Amino acid sequence: MTTAPLLTCENLNVSFGSHHVLKDASIDIRPGETVGLVGESGSGKTTIGRAILGIGPVTSGRIVFDGQDITGVAPRNRTGDAARIQAVFQDPYSSLNPAMTVEETLIEPMVYRGLYAPVDAKARVRDLLDQVALPADAAHRYPREFSGGQRQRVAIARALALSPRLVICDEPVSALDLSTQARVMDLFIDIQNRTGVAYLFVSHDLAVVRHISHRVAVMRSGEIVEFGNCDQVTSNPKHPYTQRLLLAAPVADPARQALRREAFERLSAAS
Amino acid sequence: MLMFLAKRLATGVILLASIATITFFLVFSGTQRVVVNILGQSATDADIAALTRKLGIDRPLLTQYADWLSHALRGDLGNAWTMDGSVTDILGRTLPVTLSIVAFAIAVMAILAALLGIAAATRSGWIDRLIQVLSVIGFSMPNFWLGLLLIIFFALTLQVLPATGFVSPASSVTGWLASITLPAGALILSGVASAAQQVRGAVLDALRQDYVRTLWARGVSPRSIFFRHALRNAVPAALTVLSVQFIALLSGSAVIERIFAIPGLGALTVQSAVVGDIPVLMGIVTSMVAVVVVVNLFIDLLNALANPKVRLS
Amino acid sequence: MSDLVNNDTGRRAPARQTLIRAVLRNPLGAAASFVILCVVLIAILAPLIAPQDPTAVQIFKVNAPWDAEFLLGGDGSGRDILSRLIFGARNTLLGALIVVGVSSTLGVAAGLIGGYYAGRADTVFSWVADGLMALPAIIVLLAFHQVLGSSIYYSMAVFGILLTPGFFRLTRNLVASVRNELYIDAARVSGLSDSRIIFRHVLKTVRPPLVIQVSIVAGIAIIIQAGLEFLGLGDSQVPTWGGMLQDGFANLYVAPEAVWWPGLAISLTVASFVLLANAVRDTLQQNQPTGRKLAVDPSPVSQDGDAADSADIILSVRDLAVGYPDGDRWREVVRDVSFNVRRGEILGIVGESGSGKSQTAFAILGLLASGGTVLRGSIRFEGRDVTKLDFAARHALRGSQIAYVPQEPMSNLDPSFKIGFQLMEPMRTVLGLSKAQARARALELLGHVGLPNPLRTFNAYPHQISGGMAQRVLIAGAISCNPKLLIADEPTTALDVTVQAEILKLLRNLQSELGMSVIMVTHNFGVVADLCDRVAVMQQGRIVEINAAGTLFATPEQDYTKMLLSCVLEDSPVRAYVAPTAGGGN
Repeated sequence: MTTAPLLTCENLNVSFGSHHVLKDASIDIRPGETVGLVGESGSGKTTIGRAILGIGPVTSGRIVFDGQDITGVAPRNRTGDAARIQAVFQDPYSSLNPAMTVEETLIEPMVYRGLYAPVDAKARVRDLLDQVALPADAAHRYPREFSGGQRQRVAIARALALSPRLVICDEPVSALDLSTQARVMDLFIDIQNRTGVAYLFVSHDLAVVRHISHRVAVMRSGEIVEFGNCDQVTSNPKHPYTQRLLLAAPVADPARQALRREAFERLSAAS
Repeated sequence: MLMFLAKRLATGVILLASIATITFFLVFSGTQRVVVNILGQSATDADIAALTRKLGIDRPLLTQYADWLSHALRGDLGNAWTMDGSVTDILGRTLPVTLSIVAFAIAVMAILAALLGIAAATRSGWIDRLIQVLSVIGFSMPNFWLGLLLIIFFALTLQVLPATGFVSPASSVTGWLASITLPAGALILSGVASAAQQVRGAVLDALRQDYVRTLWARGVSPRSIFFRHALRNAVPAALTVLSVQFIALLSGSAVIERIFAIPGLGALTVQSAVVGDIPVLMGIVTSMVAVVVVVNLFIDLLNALANPKVRLS
Repeated sequence: MSDLVNNDTGRRAPARQTLIRAVLRNPLGAAASFVILCVVLIAILAPLIAPQDPTAVQIFKVNAPWDAEFLLGGDGSGRDILSRLIFGARNTLLGALIVVGVSSTLGVAAGLIGGYYAGRADTVFSWVADGLMALPAIIVLLAFHQVLGSSIYYSMAVFGILLTPGFFRLTRNLVASVRNELYIDAARVSGLSDSRIIFRHVLKTVRPPLVIQVSIVAGIAIIIQAGLEFLGLGDSQVPTWGGMLQDGFANLYVAPEAVWWPGLAISLTVASFVLLANAVRDTLQQNQPTGRKLAVDPSPVSQDGDAADSADIILSVRDLAVGYPDGDRWREVVRDVSFNVRRGEILGIVGESGSGKSQTAFAILGLLASGGTVLRGSIRFEGRDVTKLDFAARHALRGSQIAYVPQEPMSNLDPSFKIGFQLMEPMRTVLGLSKAQARARALELLGHVGLPNPLRTFNAYPHQISGGMAQRVLIAGAISCNPKLLIADEPTTALDVTVQAEILKLLRNLQSELGMSVIMVTHNFGVVADLCDRVAVMQQGRIVEINAAGTLFATPEQDYTKMLLSCVLEDSPVRAYVAPTAGGGN
């Protein structure tokens, strides 16, 4: 618990016109840690991720990454370690350019950033594909030739290309089928164990977040209502909203779900 | 809704003002050449200077513009240089002729395009193919060539319709119809198939919406699904098609009126363009844009009425 | 399963080469390309191939019919029509080139900027484009004739500006839609500059539609140029197709044949450009289903094996196969599917994407997407095979007997009508209620599905209510005509989890109250566990296992079911945080 945080967000506020979508949100992520961010649509969870990435606005507050203030700095102006924040997005169908092969997609940031010469970058593509368990011949294919799960693996490889220290994962498995989802989650965990990368894992699904996170933050209408250790937040939440969220998600067992449903209805009646 | 319309009206007025202004400075920057044109090559420098002074174009351009604008706002567009009478009078004579043809043409086109488009959307097959072929043919045949062919066939060979001339609807409605059938036909034939294709696209698009499937599942009658729900939601796209076609017809009127010797605004444009009657050309551009603005405003109004999101805002 | 294996390998050729090749493989596309190529060659080689000097006058050839010397005859001034036609191709193509160059350069540049940056630049550009579109082109060009002088090319450059909005709008809309694609965000996150993103990522994807627009604009340019020349605004020294038409027009009563040749030349060239555009468009849309009709093998007569307990069984599906046309054969998305639904029972159909669960549901409703066909098997509703019913009899079942709750609440309400009207319409058609009766029942239903203010919702348009409310409205609509069977297709997938819990509760209450049967199509095992009496698990168009919910979850029989259930993340062990020893990174 004494490790210095890799990223801190202090009192972030974001407004779109008169819409206050993020209200004094503060979170921190330690090196090699996964922080889960749970909330329903419109809760502002994606807005935090985009602010950290530098592709969304910040009205007030501070984002500090490894000692550097990166608030409102666009990715192209980030240098040094600040450039080592990458992203994996939700929709595997729209997150890859359909007109570019996998190799072109992976090489572009490496060469453009000047991290690798084109020849070395090509060699690294093989290594990256290997890391995400895709065959080497995937390099010369187009996104349309892959399934949703495979595309998400390509997107993960792209994020890894710049040797990130933090990856913002915005609902990376919610568009995937159940069986694919489990395997992609395991890949995320495996990569973290191997490379020590930290994740901000944004999702609407408490069970998914519990599976991968060390700590969990719960958001509702732009506010973080609860932030604590994973086990406490996901199995013994303190805030009534988190309790509601937990009990609302049905479990795959008719007997236990009947009990959970009753508990949810009791909670709804009480509030 | 009122806000929306007020906004569209303001946009239209600004559009009209800016186009009139830009046009003014462009056409009045070339007046020197026009004066030589009007007087002929044998004109002396003194003749040119005299006419220049007489027409008031020896003054600075800005002064001329201020003068034109202050008169235009009162409905006075100045006097023609090469014809008798004021520009307003000339436009008052020619504009109704052109509008009567274009209005008739657009009405026929709207009906044909709607019928063909809906038929193609509901019974794909030969009618769909036919419209595809016709739209390629219509697009590639210039309307002035088509006009010539119509004259050769209907006026010269069959001799059933007059080749040239215009009869005012005030003097004889049947005469008017006979005189504008060929011009209107030449105007719309090129666009009607492509308009029908766009109507077809709009209807098919409306029929593909999720809520149409839900209406089927609810047991709503097929007639209501088609006529009430699908057509209603296809209206905005179809109206936009009409607005674009209307402008195309105005543009085409210049050539068509020339072929059929119709004394309308289009023929007037050609005539004044060749001799360089700049006040008349100014008046033509201003009045045509004004007509387009009014028509578009009307279409905006119809669209607003069809769309509850706009209607209730 | 197939996450790591993909049979669909090959096709490695770059997209652009295949586009050109595919266009040439299309007969019309090849013919159009050939004609355009010919016109270009004729224009370049005009001095070599023209039999006569196009400006030489032979006085006794005035309006002459064709002969060995003047193959297409002479024009009104006694010049060779064929030679003038050949030379006319030159200025026609040059004019088209100017128009395309001006309009595409300006329009695409403005479209890229407006679409990518949005904001003020976009507003200004859009406004200018609207203004230009309001101008009748020929009238404006005529008005500027004196300023522009007698060279047609200045006029064509101005016409290029007038056609800019087409390119601008096309590019802008394409860019605006691409801009929201996540791969643009990903490129920004990678640190790419805006100009690099625009040229590498945006322009690349919007290129094919621009090819279509170039072809169309070239066609328009040729027509307008000929029109201006026809009106006598061109240079009278240069032979042009439009000028030849004018000459033909002047001699229309003497030699009407003369108007044919230039007109044909214009039409043929323009038609080639249009057909080329169509060929490119068709190539881009190639993946869409073809309109060809495939024959359906007559299904074997189904035996009535279940006749004994048919009183209790409301729906009996036997050996169902559903297919979509795919080239010359059927692609079966559902096959050998058999199951029963008892009265008052909730059956869950669960599976991953592509398992055929929704297609099975739509087959029962008779609302398969265009091309979808029941190839084999029977669907018996209360003993009657509905696949054998005619359209009207089938439609009569919908709403009154079998109802449907869709997945996306917002897109399933007609945006143009008030919710009240949309609820009343089926009741008036199906149940024959009067307007007042239907209104009373609609209000009652809206209250019944838990909407706090029924009258307000009744008078609202769909855009005025939330997604959760819209789903309640759709459920009210589904039960409004007292159906015996309700088919719900992923009814909670688009909703937040707390709203989902409320909708599930509503469905459960309505079911027990009305005693109807329900088919619940979903991918979520939690939803199945919450609601269903029995469960069918589907995989790749087949049912792999069907059982009572309690049994299926406790003791799944099939490996596939076991695998799916093992993938459900629930109460997984929590990970312990260990700070990395090194400085991180790899």
